[in-house]
Amino acid sequence: MEAYISLFIKSVFVENLALSFFLGMCTFLAVSKKVSTAFGLGVAVIVVLGISVPVNNLVYHNILAPGALSWAGFPDADLSFLRFLTFIGVIAALVQILEMTLDKYVPALYNALGIFLPLITVNCAIFGGVSFMVERDYNFTESIVYGIGGGVGWALAIVALAAVREKLKYADVPDGLRGLGITFISVGLIGLGFMSFSGVSL
Amino acid sequence: MASSAKEMKEVLFGPIFANNPIALQILGICSALAVTSKMENTVVMCIALTLVTAFSNLFISLIRNHIPSSVRIIVQMTIIASLVIVVDQVLRAYAYSIAKELSVFVGLIITNCIVMGRAEAFAMKSSPGLSFLDGIGNGLGYSVVLLFVGFIRELFGSGSLFGYQILSLASEGGWYQPVGLLILPPSAFFIIGGFIWILRTFRPEQVEPKD
Amino acid sequence: MAKKNESLGKTLFVVIALCLVCAIIVSGAAVGLKPIQQKNAALDMQRNVLDAAGLLEPSTDVVAVFNDRVNTKLINLNSLELVEQANGQNATNYDPIAAANKPEWSTKLQKSEDTAGIGTREDVTKVYFINNEQGELETLVLYIRGYGLWGTMYGLISLQPDLNTVRSVNFYEHSETPGLGGEIQNPKWVAQWSGKEIYGDSNEQVEFDVMKNPTQENHDVDALSGATLTSNGVDNLVEYWFSDKAYGPLLEKIRKGELSNG
Repeated sequence: MEAYISLFIKSVFVENLALSFFLGMCTFLAVSKKVSTAFGLGVAVIVVLGISVPVNNLVYHNILAPGALSWAGFPDADLSFLRFLTFIGVIAALVQILEMTLDKYVPALYNALGIFLPLITVNCAIFGGVSFMVERDYNFTESIVYGIGGGVGWALAIVALAAVREKLKYADVPDGLRGLGITFISVGLIGLGFMSFSGVSL
Repeated sequence: MASSAKEMKEVLFGPIFANNPIALQILGICSALAVTSKMENTVVMCIALTLVTAFSNLFISLIRNHIPSSVRIIVQMTIIASLVIVVDQVLRAYAYSIAKELSVFVGLIITNCIVMGRAEAFAMKSSPGLSFLDGIGNGLGYSVVLLFVGFIRELFGSGSLFGYQILSLASEGGWYQPVGLLILPPSAFFIIGGFIWILRTFRPEQVEPKD
Repeated sequence: MAKKNESLGKTLFVVIALCLVCAIIVSGAAVGLKPIQQKNAALDMQRNVLDAAGLLEPSTDVVAVFNDRVNTKLINLNSLELVEQANGQNATNYDPIAAANKPEWSTKLQKSEDTAGIGTREDVTKVYFINNEQGELETLVLYIRGYGLWGTMYGLISLQPDLNTVRSVNFYEHSETPGLGGEIQNPKWVAQWSGKEIYGDSNEQVEFDVMKNPTQENHDVDALSGATLTSNGVDNLVEYWFSDKAYGPLLEKIRKGELSNG
């Protein structure tokens, strides 16, 4: 249990997908002008990461990993080179299914998150989270914890950035730095703050 | 081909400064920054991305008249992902140590917005030759920013370039005390912020309006 | 034109044709390049072992020296016996670190005994024996790993024939902060390890420490400046791997000559 809590804390703060691996930056910068939209996107990322990391974990360990196909009579098969293609397909399919399910059964939630879901398919944070899961060889339970933790960390970072940017509107920024430039610098400063979590262990 | 030499030049060099994909459209920095702490990794990443963008543009443009629009995105994805897998496999075979350091970031080229963005915005409408040049141009535009960041980070952060010691470090008996901050991830954001500032000071038309 | 593209037949045709072409290209690349990739991976590990044993010079022919000098053995850490095969793999392609991740091939560590922070320890480990020309043991190379500041640090440590004095160490994979904790790869710092003794006089207690202002010259290595947690991590992992929970009993057995190194 402690190991899972420690993994969760680590994935939220220490190995923050956005701030220490720069993942999901395109949407991170584009959709962080207002706290409310940033929050919606953050929740959507938590949901998608929380589902797609464990699902891809199952896919990888049962189909793609070296020797994983032994149940089907191919003990020597190693399909791990197909992982990029498979993961992106699985993520796209999951997002699509999630979108349709929400639309049908929870319209209220769909109205809140719906517009963000298509954005997420090509969000590097999702794909990066899945790739890290494979590279670090997490087991199924760990991958659930890591997926949710990574999502929470990303959501936290984008909400923090949106809050800073809302206040920045009132600042008199030099012309060339206005908009994108100052946003990058703010992200850097938030990143420095998050670095102080390094070495935290439970 | 209807395109004149001038148009080709525009397509190739436009994205490097005037219309730089990172500085202007905030595209594709995701996978980029994490590998910029060493020039060697940066250069390999730039080459990989430029090749993938150029060839995905080329192939998509070649079959653009046959792609049904309902499956357009997935067709583009498949082509891009296949190219990235090939690049990844080649790197693992011929540049093992670099491939190990780049780890997941080669795979992340798939979700890089530049590749997808150019495929959708340019290659679906243009001839193969022009699309190929557009891919190279955007790849180079991306490389300029990345190499700039990598150059500053490695030179001042570790006192070396491509692994060769340029500034003699204080810890080895020299005079240069490296800036530790530059090796840490957040420094890349500061450098890009500064890069955008410089770019926009010389090209005031890119300054964003006040809101 | 546009209408023709949208027909079901054409859509299916385009998708299937595309899948076929991509599948051929991708699998062609993967299958064609695989032998080179595997050679690279093996070469990389051999280089790490030679580096840890202090046998690596820029001009070294890694494969030749490795095949000539290094004797790779699998040893079960619970029964302390040599094994020919582990989990269906022989000494060349067995990977102890991958095995540590599989519940059926590893032992889960109690929180109190897990000073290295690794969670599970593989049951069968891989040991490299390097003999001199007379066929006597010259260097023993062992896998070590443990948690540093950012993640797990993977290393190889080499011992002199007394199985107590360190010859060298090589942390070949880690994610410590470059310039601070990343200095565990700095040859200058690594050079400090040479000649340090891990155990005290009775070969029981681990006396080796990584600490600021070393107190015992024959046992302690100076900590890295600005990297307290990394240094503590290295200190803890040595403490763990040389305790009686891991390599302690094995080293004792080899020291007594009860385990021939063939």
